[in-house]
Amino acid sequence: MESASNTPETPDTRAAGSNASDGEPLVAVHGLTKLFPVDGGPFRKPSSFIHAVDDVSFQLGHGESLGLVGESGCGKTTVGKLLVKLFEPSGGEILFRFTDAPAVSSAEAPWDAAAIRGRLLRSFRRRVQMIFQDPYESMNPRRTIYDIISEPLSVQGMGDVQYRVDRVLEILTLVGLTPAGAFLFRHPHELSGGQRQRVAIARALVIRPSFVVADEPTSMLDVSSRAGVMSLMQNLATEMGVAYLYVTHDLAVARYMCNRIAVMYLGKVVELAETEELLRNPLHPYTKALLSAVPVVDPGRRRLAPDIRGDLATPIDPPSRCRFYERCPAATEHCLNHPHPPMEEKSPGHFVACYEV
Amino acid sequence: MNTPVPVGPVPTPESGVEPGRGRVRFVLARLRLMWRSFRNGWGIFMDSRIGMLSLFTIIAFALMAAAHPILMAFVWDPATYDPVTGYSFDQVEQPAPPSWKHPLGTDPLGRDVLSQLLYSTRSEFVLGITAALVTVGIATFVGAVAAYYGRLLDAFFMRLADLIIALPAISLLIVLSALFHLNLFYLALIIGVLGGFGGTAIILKSQALSIKVKPFIEAARVAGGGHFHIIFVHIIPHLLPLALLYMMFTVTSAIFAEAVLSFLGLLDIRMSWGIMIHTANTGGYLLGGTRYWWLIVPAGASITLLCSAFYLAGRALDEVVNPRLRRRND
Repeated sequence: MESASNTPETPDTRAAGSNASDGEPLVAVHGLTKLFPVDGGPFRKPSSFIHAVDDVSFQLGHGESLGLVGESGCGKTTVGKLLVKLFEPSGGEILFRFTDAPAVSSAEAPWDAAAIRGRLLRSFRRRVQMIFQDPYESMNPRRTIYDIISEPLSVQGMGDVQYRVDRVLEILTLVGLTPAGAFLFRHPHELSGGQRQRVAIARALVIRPSFVVADEPTSMLDVSSRAGVMSLMQNLATEMGVAYLYVTHDLAVARYMCNRIAVMYLGKVVELAETEELLRNPLHPYTKALLSAVPVVDPGRRRLAPDIRGDLATPIDPPSRCRFYERCPAATEHCLNHPHPPMEEKSPGHFVACYEV
Repeated sequence: MNTPVPVGPVPTPESGVEPGRGRVRFVLARLRLMWRSFRNGWGIFMDSRIGMLSLFTIIAFALMAAAHPILMAFVWDPATYDPVTGYSFDQVEQPAPPSWKHPLGTDPLGRDVLSQLLYSTRSEFVLGITAALVTVGIATFVGAVAAYYGRLLDAFFMRLADLIIALPAISLLIVLSALFHLNLFYLALIIGVLGGFGGTAIILKSQALSIKVKPFIEAARVAGGGHFHIIFVHIIPHLLPLALLYMMFTVTSAIFAEAVLSFLGLLDIRMSWGIMIHTANTGGYLLGGTRYWWLIVPAGASITLLCSAFYLAGRALDEVVNPRLRRRND
């Protein structure tokens, strides 16, 4: 694109150019796999692996928000970290199509995450950001709020000091930390949890990314500040046209924030559908169990105990059959003798991985 | 969907933003912050009685070191009082006990002991501080790099540290001083390098490891920070307080090592506390018991006092650096 010729690349110039058609998805994930070795050492090949993410595929459109829901240890955070290139995948591919990005080779070619290195990685970091789960640990306690928020700008050499101050003041106002000037030289420990998470959001958005992975951004907040942070993120998403991957274990949060929801179990996506469709018409037994565990404010209503046995199975070298087999109320002989079921489209946009649906 | 919020001027390299004003305001705000954290730390240090005592001791020695050139220039006659070449002609026999003219007496070669003591103080400071700076500079860098990159680099530096710890330091220094002409500067350098690649590196590396796994390091990577940025902006600042502490301990060990080597007569140094005792020893006065106390006590007490002062100042600093050690008084 023309604007990449000689003007320095800034969020403004990039955003101005982002009027291309959005036919292609922003992020396309195919067969993503991440294995962590359990044993092994410098001289020994590892023999067993944690299958943190196992053959996961999904797509995410421009400005869309996708919720990744599942219980602890199911690999949802790992997916998020793979997408921002904090981890390198063991298999599969991640393709990004930024409408505004200078083309890698040809104008239409997507960015293959595996090939993003060096200068391209810097460009990538301008477009993909992450909001971390823990607003207490994800900020360097020795740095000021200004340092923290302007870090993406300063490490990428965008603008001069005056420009960065203006940007930081502006984003602080946007996330509702006002008067913004009073926050610049505070340290993180001087802020409350909700304020810190707003700072974390400001840090991710100051560079005006196209795609943000939000790793349970509200889980460490108390309920009173949770709603505020959630609506803030939604407003900013529509205003800036940011696409979110929303990693959470909380179905209520996912429902509030996301257009679509993907349910993960032990490294596999088991169900993927539009938010309302998924909540109204869950097909996978695991999704049904998850939904039945959501509390309902109605003391008169008797709730059926979810028909699920046992505990989360180990993700270390799992057998190739359906991951949910041991706990599944609908499990049959067929499930035992066949590999993990593939994702099938049961109704338009509603994907399920189960033989018995 | 993709409509951007129009905000702020688009900066171009030649856009008319004054570079000066924002920067000055920034530096001032930053200095204020640094001053505030310094005051906090100072308050904690002041609460520690031992810390203050050792600080006063160090200041007293610093004043002694500063006093020597002034005394030589204005009060003392160099022919009599020079710490190395002076000779006190009005004494009947050497070493002479303390008198008004020589408050700490003279040594077996007729030189003034007080002048020697003051003169040596300066070199002890230079030695201790040089060694400490070298140690801490090396150890901080090695620790941060080993912890950050891990794997081969880590294994190499940690095995090197094990090797250095396994070598007996004083014996090694004795061998080195026999092979080379060691002056004060080289000695400081050797002690610094041994400390920097040795135990201090292991301690700082373990601290760096605990920093490296913090989520803010990942956040910095996502922000686009390179290895250099992460090591120097996010890891090393967290090592500096601990490094300062180990600086204090290194001063102690450097002064001690110098005293030992000088006592053995292995260093190419004009005068030092160790050499003062060495002179007394070679003249056979060390065996004379307390009769010739002025030959041994001033230098010996100075070594003990200055070493322990730096060590105890380090312990008091430990409390500033390490909040878990603080007593709760509220």
